[in-house]
Amino acid sequence: MLKDITFGQYFPGDSIIHKLDPRMKLILIIAYIVLLFVADGLFSLLIGASMVVVFYALSKLPWKLVIKCIKPIMPIILFTAVLNIFFVEGDPIFEWWIISISGKGVLTAVLMCIRIICLIAGSSLLTYTTTPIALTDGLERLMKPLQKIKVPVHELSMMMTIALRFIPTLIDETQKIMAAQKARGADMESGNVIEKAKALIPILIPLFVSAFRRADELALAMECRCYHGGEGRTRMKQLKLTAKDWAAALFVLCGYAAVILMNVYGPEVFRL
Amino acid sequence: MAKKSFIEANSISFSYPSYDGVIPPLVLDGVSVSVDEREFVAVLGHNGSGKSTLAKHFNAILVPTEGNVSVSGISTAEEAKLFEIRQEVGMVFQNPDNQIVATIIEEDVAFALENLGVPPMEIRERVDDALKKVEMYDYRLHSPNQLSGGQKQRIAIAGIVAMRPKCVVLDEPTAMLDPRGRREVMKTIRQLNKELGITVIIITHYMDEAAMCDRVVVVDDGKVIMDSTPREVFGSVELIKERGLDVPQVTELCYELKKEGFDLPECVLDEDECVAALEKLLKGGENNG
Repeated sequence: MLKDITFGQYFPGDSIIHKLDPRMKLILIIAYIVLLFVADGLFSLLIGASMVVVFYALSKLPWKLVIKCIKPIMPIILFTAVLNIFFVEGDPIFEWWIISISGKGVLTAVLMCIRIICLIAGSSLLTYTTTPIALTDGLERLMKPLQKIKVPVHELSMMMTIALRFIPTLIDETQKIMAAQKARGADMESGNVIEKAKALIPILIPLFVSAFRRADELALAMECRCYHGGEGRTRMKQLKLTAKDWAAALFVLCGYAAVILMNVYGPEVFRL
Repeated sequence: MAKKSFIEANSISFSYPSYDGVIPPLVLDGVSVSVDEREFVAVLGHNGSGKSTLAKHFNAILVPTEGNVSVSGISTAEEAKLFEIRQEVGMVFQNPDNQIVATIIEEDVAFALENLGVPPMEIRERVDDALKKVEMYDYRLHSPNQLSGGQKQRIAIAGIVAMRPKCVVLDEPTAMLDPRGRREVMKTIRQLNKELGITVIIITHYMDEAAMCDRVVVVDDGKVIMDSTPREVFGSVELIKERGLDVPQVTELCYELKKEGFDLPECVLDEDECVAALEKLLKGGENNG
């Protein structure tokens, strides 16, 4: 059933990574992405890469997930690599016709590839190990200070929550409408792209109408339960940073120290 | 009357706002109802009779165009006291899917309390308590999509019960459920009234649900046409039928039999009563023959 597909690619588990506070995970992943760009040489970047390896090992997720998340961006990685190899100027190590490849170009290409792979692997780990609802919750709390400059943080996260809540309901409904239209002789399989798109109209219109009706009823039900925006609202689940979270933060901090040390004192080869 | 009732509607009229200059018909036309604490009231009426509109007046979702409604002595027209009123009078709707807000059951039950700014520790306590009352505690970490209609409706009820209201208004809570879901939900609703002493106002199409209430209010064409015990309301079978409504099946059976000249009691409300009466009749018949 369509209903069973996971959203936000969450893979349930109870590893230490799964149990980290979503706020800490969000902060650390941003810190990690910055770290990947702080590293300016092959050796310091390898330290960064090994960090994501450690994270994956701790999360106990199957390794093929890494490949799964990198596969769709493979063309981008290749494209970046090719661009860097051919267009970064430096002392040529290979020349033929109008093509010249510099050592610096190859190095840049390699570094860029490692960076992108680590970046995707790292951020995918976040969505693999955090439920969408925990992510929304973490985001809301992290962005709370933005409320002072009138960013509707609570409203945004409420919308996210409701969207997540209603996706399965609407998928269910879509299937019902499809069945109903097929029973009336709607043809959805044959024809070219345009014809198929046209065949979707009799499904989308009832779906939208019903979504609006649902929204109306939901708003009423929310009003009955005294909903009045984010003001004065409390939460049942309080997020609490535990020793695990601080350990993770310390680990990333050590990574930073190692990368910076490597940047400053590391071997001069393979640097940009 | 010296003592004021818990909910009082004094000759209220209501019409939805007009557009295109057309004057809309009155949905409610001079309705007066009062409900005491701990009462179990059913509101009957066919589609478009104004019964849902009436229900929405009890917790200030709608404010009457004429007349006034008061809850615990507070007028529903007082905007400042809106949340106080909604906390006292909770409302459950027909479609359970459209009233569940969160993706996890316990978070949904906590929703109202979070809105009211209850401290986290207390929310936890009240949520667990409410879930136990509707017998859904074991499902607290499930997603609403994994539940049956009856279970979802009980979650919706728990979300209201967590507010610890004095009254729950249910707008056709069983209309979209299968017979099993209906039984589950009705059992829960009865428990609310009998064990927790919560006033229940249930709007329904099902006569057998109405038959087990303390009082039945029949609404037709925006007016209250009957307001009495189920026995009296369903006793006047002809009048009810005239208004396009039904009486419980057993009531009708006994009524028709009585019309044919069989010796049966005046008004029969539930199956047990009906079985007893018929048994008595048959045995009596045997003895005579």
